[in-house]
Amino acid sequence: MFVNQFLILAAVLFCIGVYGVIARKNAVLVLMSIELILNSVNINLLAFSMRNGSLDGHTFALYIIAIAAAEVGVGLAMVLLMYRNRRSIDLDELSEMKG
Amino acid sequence: MFAEATEVALKSGWFLEHAWVVPVIPALSFFLIIFFGKRMPKKGSEFGVASMLGSLVFAGGAAYQWIQRVNGAPEGAFVSPVVKTWTWWQNSGISFGIGQHVDGLTVAILLVVAFISTLVQIYSLEYLRGDRRYTHFFASLTLFSAGMLNMVVAENMIQLILGWEIMGLCSFLLIGHWWEEGANSRAALKAFFTTRTGDIGLLTGTAILFFSANEWTTKTLGVSGFSIRGLSSWALSGDPGHAAITMGAIALFIAAIGKSGQFPLHTWLPDAMAGPTPVSSLLHSSTMVVAGVFLVARLYPVFFKGMDILGGSANFIVVIGGITIVIAALLAFVQTDIKKVLAYSTVSQLGYMMMGLGAGAWLPAVFHIFTHAFFKACLFLGAGSISHSSSHHSFEMKKDMGGLRKFMPITFGTWIISTLALCGVFPFSGFFSKDEIIDNVGHNGYNVFMYVGLAGAFLTAAYMTRATYLTFFGQPRGASAGEHHEEESHDSHAAHDDHADHGHDAHDSHDAHASQGPHESGWLITVPLIILATLALSSGFLNALPFGEKFENFKKWVEPSAEVVNPTGIAYVVGGVGEARIASETPTDSTVEEGEAHSETPMAPTASGEDTYSSESGHSKSPCGTETPEQGVCAAPQLNHAPFKWSKAGMSMLIVLAGFLLSLFVCIQLYEKKNKKFVGLTERNKVLGFGYKLLVNKYYLDVLYEKIIVRSIAHPISAAVYWFNQKVLDGVINGAGTTAKGIAGWVYRNIDQRVVDGAVNGTGSVAQGAGSALRPVQSGKVNQYGALLFGAAAIGALVLVIVNT
Repeated sequence: MFVNQFLILAAVLFCIGVYGVIARKNAVLVLMSIELILNSVNINLLAFSMRNGSLDGHTFALYIIAIAAAEVGVGLAMVLLMYRNRRSIDLDELSEMKG
Repeated sequence: MFAEATEVALKSGWFLEHAWVVPVIPALSFFLIIFFGKRMPKKGSEFGVASMLGSLVFAGGAAYQWIQRVNGAPEGAFVSPVVKTWTWWQNSGISFGIGQHVDGLTVAILLVVAFISTLVQIYSLEYLRGDRRYTHFFASLTLFSAGMLNMVVAENMIQLILGWEIMGLCSFLLIGHWWEEGANSRAALKAFFTTRTGDIGLLTGTAILFFSANEWTTKTLGVSGFSIRGLSSWALSGDPGHAAITMGAIALFIAAIGKSGQFPLHTWLPDAMAGPTPVSSLLHSSTMVVAGVFLVARLYPVFFKGMDILGGSANFIVVIGGITIVIAALLAFVQTDIKKVLAYSTVSQLGYMMMGLGAGAWLPAVFHIFTHAFFKACLFLGAGSISHSSSHHSFEMKKDMGGLRKFMPITFGTWIISTLALCGVFPFSGFFSKDEIIDNVGHNGYNVFMYVGLAGAFLTAAYMTRATYLTFFGQPRGASAGEHHEEESHDSHAAHDDHADHGHDAHDSHDAHASQGPHESGWLITVPLIILATLALSSGFLNALPFGEKFENFKKWVEPSAEVVNPTGIAYVVGGVGEARIASETPTDSTVEEGEAHSETPMAPTASGEDTYSSESGHSKSPCGTETPEQGVCAAPQLNHAPFKWSKAGMSMLIVLAGFLLSLFVCIQLYEKKNKKFVGLTERNKVLGFGYKLLVNKYYLDVLYEKIIVRSIAHPISAAVYWFNQKVLDGVINGAGTTAKGIAGWVYRNIDQRVVDGAVNGTGSVAQGAGSALRPVQSGKVNQYGALLFGAAAIGALVLVIVNT
């Protein structure tokens, strides 16, 4: 089984996701980057699930997909509220939490 | 036994083996429209129309080659479906594919769906001209057709679910197309949630059947327990346990109730009229609502065994179908919105299909899907044509229509043809399908339901007469009389207008409509109407039972034979083993028909041989469905067909005629002459008043769902959560707070002041220094927090790797 290719793909996706979370200013794009990270994890799970011939990884992946859907639901709701209150979803302008 | 079998090569063909292309074309076109549609000169609609035409060509080719295949096969032999499959998913011994399963049912429905979709897209070019979400409309419409086509060619249950859910999503998008109006988005949500309620049954049923059937199908046929051919043969094999197949069939039928608008989940369907008219036409003639009926027809052996169809007593399917026919037809009488009349009529006709399937009348039910698609699409598009050109975007029959036959001759003519077809008048297409259902239901011993069907025919004739009368006869009223009541058009049928007000140039053209008064629609609207009306008139002759067996082509091409076949002959797998060969095993006079109409046409045996069945050849019945085949497998149950009798057809014709006349009489008295005896009858007579109130409130089913079920579940939960929050959580927190305060006071007085302060003052200065050093970290910038998080995680991972190696 070519697990390596899957792992490399997952690592690349993960890095793109991390880059997006760190470098992007748009809240929606940050949420999308988080999705990329979650899906890279899914690919890892599936790759090892295939290699071990067990369904556990698939089951976990389904859970992750479900939870990611819920997470995006909450996240987008927050973005929407942010936009309503401030007319902007630029994360740089949201620095009122600073200590 | 197989030694005697004749091997007959069946024809196949390029289109037949590539039927999977039919759903792929619109699916690709969807992406083209989404990504490039807005930049195209026609805003993406050209992709939609072109892709549907492409699908139509492919579906037509497949249908033609399927007919060649059947005609090339010996009489009464099982014509194996053309199957192609690619592995989609596979792990630890479980796998399912994606591909095609093409047989008579598939090509018939593919052809109808592709055809109606094409016409509806052409019609939409005119109907939605200038719409602000024109491109998205065509994208959703195309994807919707792709979903239905995918469901129809589906090789296995997973692929079927995929298509089913694509349709659910797209129906939400299309019904809520003008979502600025609150009512429209509520209708979209209602449709989505109601069908989702049924979809739970689809998932459950698929799972039950998979876990029951997988072992048998893998061993016998070498396919997974998701595969449609596997499930069909398994259901008839004698392997399934009673509980498993019954539960599976009931669960799947719940899905069909939700999708096909059967009682008690039909409530979403009339509300779905909030969508643009082409959507109503597509959803409620050939695609969305037919999906449930198609599911039952597709996996018919499972329902046949699971529900004990032909078992002599009433079953779940036939009861639901019968109830649906009558309640929906009654509701159609109190509607003032022309599209809602048609919506309830659709529900009622779907009830006929379900009742037919439940009573073993598989072929008439499928044929009714086929004919109903044409005349119902024509009626919906006709209603759209009226509102588009004559009544200023209103669908209110009583307020804004009337007398339109003079202004819209083409719409009127096509409407009348389709209405006659819907009512089942000879020789329009509905006669050959609906009457057959009623006939066969009676023939199979479900007498009560035969009378239900006849009552439904009476009611259908009556409510369609009322709708036709209000729309096309009498004097023009309201908008069609040229009144341009601005304020009214805003509250009652504001969807289109409101949207036009938001939008752009469309509004001017709408005003132009009104000032011109009622007139005939443009050719983009009338041509689809004429084509559909022609088919509403003629499609019945594909299976015109009264004219003898030569006319029973639909039956010959579509109905699978109940022959016992060799397991390898259950399907012709493209590129696989057992190519284009069937094992025609039994030399019995193998036609599936029974009854006197066919007894004088003895079939030539396709092969001669001495085997077990030749001794029973006298009663010309395949054992499939009733007993377990000893060798080989079955793909379809043995069904009966009622012989055609003019006396029975004449009786139903009389009933329809009575419906016409009675309704016409009441309409003239009520609306034309304003007869005192009839006007206001529902207010004077208590019984009628109660019935009227019940109907207007739709049997209070919406109240039951929204006020009682949702409220009784959601409200106690939220109340309980609130109580828990207020009393328990807050109590704990408050208690903890008071305790902590007490302790803190003591600590403050005794320890803090004396012992700690000294130390603290020392550490305080340290902390202050550290704090100001760390302050930049707490920048409030989310990205920076993320970077710190991932940096820490990376360091942690590094430490882990180092420690472990």
